[in-house]
Amino acid sequence: MFGLHFMVNAFIASTIVGVTAGAIGWFMVLRRQSFAGHTLAVVSFPGAAAAVLAGVSVSVGYFGAAVLAGVVIALVPRSSAGASLSHESAVIGTVQAFALACGALFVSLYGGFLGGLTSLLFGSFLGISDAQVLTLAAVAAAALAALGIIARPLFFATVDADVALARGVPVRAVGVVFLVLLGCAAAEVSQITGALLVFALLVMPAATAQRLSARPVRSVLLSIAVALVVGWAGLVAAYYSVYPVGFYVTSFGFGAYLLGGGLRRRPGPVGAAPALPT
Amino acid sequence: MTPVVALIQPLAGIAHLLAHPFLRYAVLAGTATAVASGVVGYFLVLRAQVFTADALTHVAFTGALGALIVGVDLLAGLYVACVVVALALGGLGWRGRADDAVIGSVFAWVLGLGALFLTVYSASSLGSNGTAGVSVLFGTIFGLSGSQAVADAAVAGVVVVAGLAIARPLLFATVDEGVAAARGVPVRGLGLSFLALVGLTAAAATQAVGALLLLGLLAAPAGAAQRLSPRPYRALGLSVALAVGSVWGGLGLAYAYPLVPPSFGILAIATAAYLVALAVTAGPARAPDRRVQVRPGADGVAAGAVARTPPP
Repeated sequence: MFGLHFMVNAFIASTIVGVTAGAIGWFMVLRRQSFAGHTLAVVSFPGAAAAVLAGVSVSVGYFGAAVLAGVVIALVPRSSAGASLSHESAVIGTVQAFALACGALFVSLYGGFLGGLTSLLFGSFLGISDAQVLTLAAVAAAALAALGIIARPLFFATVDADVALARGVPVRAVGVVFLVLLGCAAAEVSQITGALLVFALLVMPAATAQRLSARPVRSVLLSIAVALVVGWAGLVAAYYSVYPVGFYVTSFGFGAYLLGGGLRRRPGPVGAAPALPT
Repeated sequence: MTPVVALIQPLAGIAHLLAHPFLRYAVLAGTATAVASGVVGYFLVLRAQVFTADALTHVAFTGALGALIVGVDLLAGLYVACVVVALALGGLGWRGRADDAVIGSVFAWVLGLGALFLTVYSASSLGSNGTAGVSVLFGTIFGLSGSQAVADAAVAGVVVVAGLAIARPLLFATVDEGVAAARGVPVRGLGLSFLALVGLTAAAATQAVGALLLLGLLAAPAGAAQRLSPRPYRALGLSVALAVGSVWGGLGLAYAYPLVPPSFGILAIATAAYLVALAVTAGPARAPDRRVQVRPGADGVAAGAVARTPPP
């Protein structure tokens, strides 16, 4: 299996993506921004389609679209705290659907790229080039470095936004930076799993880890570990069978989540974080 | 040819448009879907549950492909998958609301199954070239048959009637969950029935606007309506009107410019309406939620109210 160059590339890419997604996804689940994460992932589909249409590198389309959408979602005019939750969820939904519609338009304008469409949406690990691996590594390094810088204030702002604000943490700015990082992570993952199945590496490992450990550092490391194992296992399984990698990655991720007790109902909302867009 | 007719003589253009049976079906199914989405979407946005709807519209994809593989009617797969997953998501959560990590994990796995079904279906069948999956995802409103359009309209009618029937208690349960529960409103039952309605809408709309694009029809008109009016029933009506307007405008665009996919036309207009609403109300936002904070003692009545209203 490792004699094949594309499999080596796929494993390297999946390792890079697993580390990035495990770390950034952990914060995403903690901040309850899964909907935003899904939207940023889905946006990579029109981004890639637009890049193909314009004749530029697909990587440019992936990252450009995700970062752009992250900024759009972050800059939505906020209003009073109670109302902003429902407005935010409406904005995210609108951004997502409009981006997808743009994707449909680009595909229709381009004409005849239906085979590529399925792999854009559901992933393919066969065509990862050396250049793509390099891009993934560079973006992952930048994103993880940025996450390392904002990790402490971000964690503070997530756990208790009001106290953080009172202590002088730039809650809003940290949130914007995080959405941009989330966009990068989503764009990375979607190059492996396809735009629709990004949650396999972004949500499931993080949710599993948060069930297993309440201590932040240990939980983040656990999340990265689960993401790596799920990604590798998915590649191996897909290599030895005819079924798509996206199916295996999501199934292994979901299995890990179930093992971690993910579906057990949580205690009531007393003391829980405010209900965010779900 | 047709763009000229449509642009110069609007009435003649519309008459010309409705002369085609496939366009009549598209207008019928599109209008019915839009009305249902307007009603359901209003409550989705108010309850901040758009992500749940997002999950359900994706589940529709797996349901449809699963039905194709088993060989039963595609519609049966759509309805069963959407409603079952809707109830499951509701049942997993507190008071009929699931945690977003749960939603994300469940629907990602269901979509993964969809990817598997797509491969099985493309490999096994029957002259398929992968377009079945694509048309489920992006909709084929111009390809509806008469009976499909009527079925869509019937389901949408059921959703609208049921949605309006539970509108009052649902509104109460949404705006102040804790007080509603204390007053004996069946908060959990309402949440579950509402999710079942969302599932039905998702299933009915999948053929017309597509699994991926329905979300825009649910979120954009409702979001715009809530920006424009703080009064619940007026905003509900506005949401329906904007959704219907988007569908009609989108169909007209797609008819006038064949290169534009109808789904894109519909969503472009819905998004534009939302942007206009954002621009018009750029000042302090108005939404029914705000009144929760004004009501004295609401936070003290039940713990649920605290979860809905973070301090300003």
